[in-house]
Amino acid sequence: LLGPTYGTGSILENTTLEVLDFNLLPSSLNLEDKYGIYSNLLFKYFLAEGIVCGHNLFVASAKEDPADILKELPAPLSDDALKNQVDEKETAIKSKQESQESMKIAWRYQNLPRIEVSPAASARFGHYYDVSKVVSPELLQSTKWHRFFLPEEMSLHPEIKTCNMTCGYTRLLQSIQRIIYQEGFDGSYPQKKQKNILRIGIQSLGSVLWGDDICCAHNPEDIYSLTKFLYVLRGLLRMSLSACIITMPAHLIQNKAIMERVTNLSDTVVGLESFIGSERETNPLYKDYQGLIHVHKIPQLNSLICDVSGTKDLAFRLKRKLFTIEVRETVFFHYLEPESVLFFCILIC
Amino acid sequence: MRLYQNSLTAAKERGQLVFLEGLKSCFDVLFGEEQHVGQTNPLQFVSENGSNLKTMYEFVRTSLIASGSDSWKCPVLLVDDLSILLSLGVRPVDVLDFIHYCRVAVCSQLKGNIVVLVHSSDDSEDEENELVVNSLCHQSNLILWAEGLATGFCKDVHGQLKIIQKGSSELKAERNLLQIYQYKIQDKNVTFFARGMSAAVL
Repeated sequence: LLGPTYGTGSILENTTLEVLDFNLLPSSLNLEDKYGIYSNLLFKYFLAEGIVCGHNLFVASAKEDPADILKELPAPLSDDALKNQVDEKETAIKSKQESQESMKIAWRYQNLPRIEVSPAASARFGHYYDVSKVVSPELLQSTKWHRFFLPEEMSLHPEIKTCNMTCGYTRLLQSIQRIIYQEGFDGSYPQKKQKNILRIGIQSLGSVLWGDDICCAHNPEDIYSLTKFLYVLRGLLRMSLSACIITMPAHLIQNKAIMERVTNLSDTVVGLESFIGSERETNPLYKDYQGLIHVHKIPQLNSLICDVSGTKDLAFRLKRKLFTIEVRETVFFHYLEPESVLFFCILIC
Repeated sequence: MRLYQNSLTAAKERGQLVFLEGLKSCFDVLFGEEQHVGQTNPLQFVSENGSNLKTMYEFVRTSLIASGSDSWKCPVLLVDDLSILLSLGVRPVDVLDFIHYCRVAVCSQLKGNIVVLVHSSDDSEDEENELVVNSLCHQSNLILWAEGLATGFCKDVHGQLKIIQKGSSELKAERNLLQIYQYKIQDKNVTFFARGMSAAVL
């Protein structure tokens, strides 16, 4: 399923903006929308998908108790509800795929995914979630997960050896490394019966709560902390069966050089621009959407330069149960029905 | 890449390839056991919060010397990727010093070549990185510049490669030679073609 490096070969044919297969993309960065609402949603989608697939989770936050984050994960959609939602779009999607349209989402409708609750689940690609419901406690209980809550860590282990990084980052790295080693995600225990994947979710990295000042100063005291952290994390991910999603309040980081370096260190970078509080909220051109998605970087195998999505105009909407991402038609053609697709999550890390 | 993977492994075993895996070395520095005296990790500077690439240079030099006794001709030093060093807290001047020392060792003394990868973009605001890139471009004999197409994404043409060859003599003021190719990346191969001559178009 997942190797420590690329080249596991599960490339989706004929796609550009693919449903970003986490198998290919160990590190992904989600640039938060201004109030962190939608980035949190996608963060939760990533974790929820881990639960449904039976993966192990590692949830890290400096502001919210990971247990609370998990309790609010969206519930997988039941089959009937799923069928109703998807039916009307199915024929349109199928015909589009056949005509090799510019719609590049690799969402296969031939076999409607069935939501499997048991851990021995699907090798299938993605599931649907009901945003209006939270995941059941039973499903949560069957998941093996690990927590990192910075305030808790600081009080439990006051003294640690730093590696010249912000203290919070050092602790987080040590914690991740410890779990990877102890649970054998790095192949330490070859006799372990079944290999599993560790899904790591890190919330609001770079914010002041992590002890970093890059969000509140143009010339921060230590501009290398964050990039060092990402580099070391990248090494950890490369050497283990894991994937990571990070949300980051990029709009608060004034030093653009840092953001460029952060982008270079990530496999995938996606930015969310919410319309809340902006003039677009009331602009009729955007009336169907809550925000835009900017794909800054997706990796391309066998290439030294990154790939950039062929579709530049992606918007998202949150309607009742579903969060969808759509290709937004330009003004010129706005009377046409936008093609909509369902995404379960891209922000792989 | 897969095509070359096996040959690289074989080369490594033959002693023809010395591979320093930065991610792994960095991991060893931070999480590994204490280093023995005399054994310094090339990425030691990460834990020391320093900007000193001396140990990395020593690694390069000793690797080349070790194999120098055999009939190694024209060694090549490949650095992927230099921009990362800036992210790890190394100052631009130290990065350039490192390259300078390597040039002396690899190019002048051993008559070899150095190939360095850096990231850059036209609208970059990373001044330190641009400084390094400009300086390297100035020193280089050959620049290969890979970038996406200016017109945006294309399924059949993944990007464009500019090859700039510096004139051999500055005294004669020979002009730089510029060639531009486009390319498409396939599973085991890359095809290059002149602009506008992609197979899809012809």
